[in-house]
Amino acid sequence: MDILSHILLGAQVLFTPTNLVFCFLGVLMGTLVGVLPGLGPTAAIALLLPNTFHVPPVTAIIMLAGIYYGAMYGGSTTSILVNIPGEAASVITCLDGYQMALKGRAGPALGIAAFGSFIAGTISVLGLMLVAPPLAKFALAFGPPEFFSLMLMGIVVLIYLASGSILKALMMAVFGLLLGTIGMDAISGTQRLTFGVLELADGIGLIPAIMGLFGVAEVISNVEEEIKREIIPAKVKDLLPNLQDWKDSVWPIVRGSFLGFFIGILPGPAPVISAFTSYAVEKKLSRHPEKFGTGAIEGVAGPESANNSATGGAFIPLFTLGIPANSVIAILLGAFMIHGIQPGPMLISKYPDLFWGTIMSMYLGNVMLLILNLPLIGLWVKVLKVPYPILFPLILLFCLVGVFSLNYSNVEVSLMIGFGVFGYLARKFQFEMAPLVLAIVIGPMMENNLRLALTISQGDPWIFIQKPISAVFIVISLVLLISPFIPWLGKRRQKLREKVEGEEV
Amino acid sequence: MKKWQVACLIFGFLLAISSSVANAQDFPKGPINYLNPFNPGGEVDIAARAMQPYLEKNLGVPFVINYLPGAGGGLCWSKLAAAKPDGCTIGGFSIPHIILQPIFMKDVTFKTDDFVILSIVEYTPIGLGVKKDFKANTFKEFIDYCKANPGKVSCGGVGKFTGHHFATLQFMKLAGVKVNYVTFTGTSQVQTALLGGHIDAAFTNSSVLTTSKDQIKVLAIGSPKRMVQLPEIPTFEELGYKMYPRIARGAMGPKAIPKDIQKRLEKAFLETISKPEFISKMEQAGFVPQVMGIEESHKYLDMEVKEHMKLAQEFDLKKQ
Repeated sequence: MDILSHILLGAQVLFTPTNLVFCFLGVLMGTLVGVLPGLGPTAAIALLLPNTFHVPPVTAIIMLAGIYYGAMYGGSTTSILVNIPGEAASVITCLDGYQMALKGRAGPALGIAAFGSFIAGTISVLGLMLVAPPLAKFALAFGPPEFFSLMLMGIVVLIYLASGSILKALMMAVFGLLLGTIGMDAISGTQRLTFGVLELADGIGLIPAIMGLFGVAEVISNVEEEIKREIIPAKVKDLLPNLQDWKDSVWPIVRGSFLGFFIGILPGPAPVISAFTSYAVEKKLSRHPEKFGTGAIEGVAGPESANNSATGGAFIPLFTLGIPANSVIAILLGAFMIHGIQPGPMLISKYPDLFWGTIMSMYLGNVMLLILNLPLIGLWVKVLKVPYPILFPLILLFCLVGVFSLNYSNVEVSLMIGFGVFGYLARKFQFEMAPLVLAIVIGPMMENNLRLALTISQGDPWIFIQKPISAVFIVISLVLLISPFIPWLGKRRQKLREKVEGEEV
Repeated sequence: MKKWQVACLIFGFLLAISSSVANAQDFPKGPINYLNPFNPGGEVDIAARAMQPYLEKNLGVPFVINYLPGAGGGLCWSKLAAAKPDGCTIGGFSIPHIILQPIFMKDVTFKTDDFVILSIVEYTPIGLGVKKDFKANTFKEFIDYCKANPGKVSCGGVGKFTGHHFATLQFMKLAGVKVNYVTFTGTSQVQTALLGGHIDAAFTNSSVLTTSKDQIKVLAIGSPKRMVQLPEIPTFEELGYKMYPRIARGAMGPKAIPKDIQKRLEKAFLETISKPEFISKMEQAGFVPQVMGIEESHKYLDMEVKEHMKLAQEFDLKKQ
């Protein structure tokens, strides 16, 4: 068969000592930058690119790709252990992963994140092999109106699924959208809400925001609760997920993988959005949604699979159209050009060794990551045994250094601390972080796409209904927003909320 | 003048010369920081990445690329204008952006005169591409279609007061038509929207047109002669429209960098960009490689300043 000969070709390319070493180096680096908050795959790839000039292009791409999906493995670690997302894509993992760790189940959380990532990585590589070309066309069907409606639906779904007050979730989302308007207006170039601070011209950075809201806020609230939780529940018995965990996780992993893959194809910060979406879907489908946010393993398994799978999906527009779906892929695209490879629809047929070699390396890389990560779990879990008076200053230090290392900007450090205080207060008053973070991430893109769509339609808002894909998203959003006013739907939500509150008390 | 005074003067003179010579010989002591005003993977980045290994060899120190995107490049250029002029902090630029932004944008804190342009490395002519199923197949048909549907044709480009914006304005002026300019934030977004048929047309870089020429229809290109990469595409001039829109890029630094250090950097760039393998890489990616030093680059800049001021007057543009 055709595919089989391609796989053989890919394997031939991959199984040379150099390529194997570079693949391993890539995933190792990826895991490391994933674990370290602040340092992300974009920065790592940009830094390492020059070191790949002297090797053939396929070797370079194998390593750089390894960093990208490797980072998704590592990102969950700090989310689960210390409630600081190592990557933006792991924000949602904090919600249940950290709760699991508090209950002494950090091992299974890390384990399911690793296994989920592995399964998702495998599925997305298979997807990349089988359906790359037709799916590229699907991605192109998404223009400004479709993106706006998709993002609108994303925010509405998250609000609807908020475990606390829907009103508070709505407030957080709107506040996030407002924060998203800070910075240079992308269309006219006017500064908005920057008050003359040059650093704000590019908007509120996502990393200072999430590190403040999660990391710093966590430290502050723990200082307050110091007496209550002196040491983490002593023994971390099982390091690996047990049978029940597997039963709970298997479908979230599968769903997360497919979801992540399809969202990954769309331009934008796909790993972030896919993780959020997967969490929302799992919560919706779960038989016990009230457990989400208190340490449900599904809440780790789904999103962690989704963000990993999204990295595979993101390669589709790169390989088939020569279009970068996000900044990491954009650097890879630059690497193609530097190595004299013309990206575009002819890439797969012109450079089959490159395409199939990379795909095979992604498969092997996932195996390497699993082998790399499972033994590390025991080591990571020990981090939790560090006494709080030592651990918390360290976390704070990591946050400060992490944010400063991004742009060497004191403004961003101050921003992070501000977000930390805000996050602490918000937590006290039972406001949820997830809608805020999602709104900060996609707010600017939403606005941009809204305005692009309206410019294209010359101010006619019907464009959002005339386009079928967009119309579907709009209708779903409307139904969800109106639902609290419809008695039977509202009642269901009410019941859910009562259950949650009952458990919290 | 007494003898000892003369001796002192000569001694001082020698000291001054020797110290300045030592400066140029010492340079560069540390890594060169190259500020990139746009996102990774953009045109500035591709050229910088391709130059990086040669520059490192030439200068003997790491050449570190830092990304400071924002405000259409203005954020980075404001920082660069204020950077320590020791030659260790330089950055990328695009012409006409560095000409137009200080004139037309309110919140910009740099002036075109703040910089010394070390080298112009490449330029990309701006051409016109339309989506695959667009009704017009030639440039003339495109103009006719625009005339029949005034203001209806959506035409994408990156930013305002940029090369793309001005190319669109110039086209509208010369052809006597009106199109709907849709402002995107980056070239790749324009490319995606054009491939997906969400916009009708775009005045965009030759590098983009070369990459996606099989999925769109390229109608015309802004180079004076046909491009080697797009031999079948006519120029605007051939079609009777005297417009040569393009974006030139390269490296610049704060004006106060000592002259000898400027020369040293210029030499490193010139030796890099005249390498045949660099030239062929850039050509393959759809760029037009250039080999311009400080003097030539500033001549080019002055010419572009005049040209764009004239255009701006014609379009009756106001400060925003």
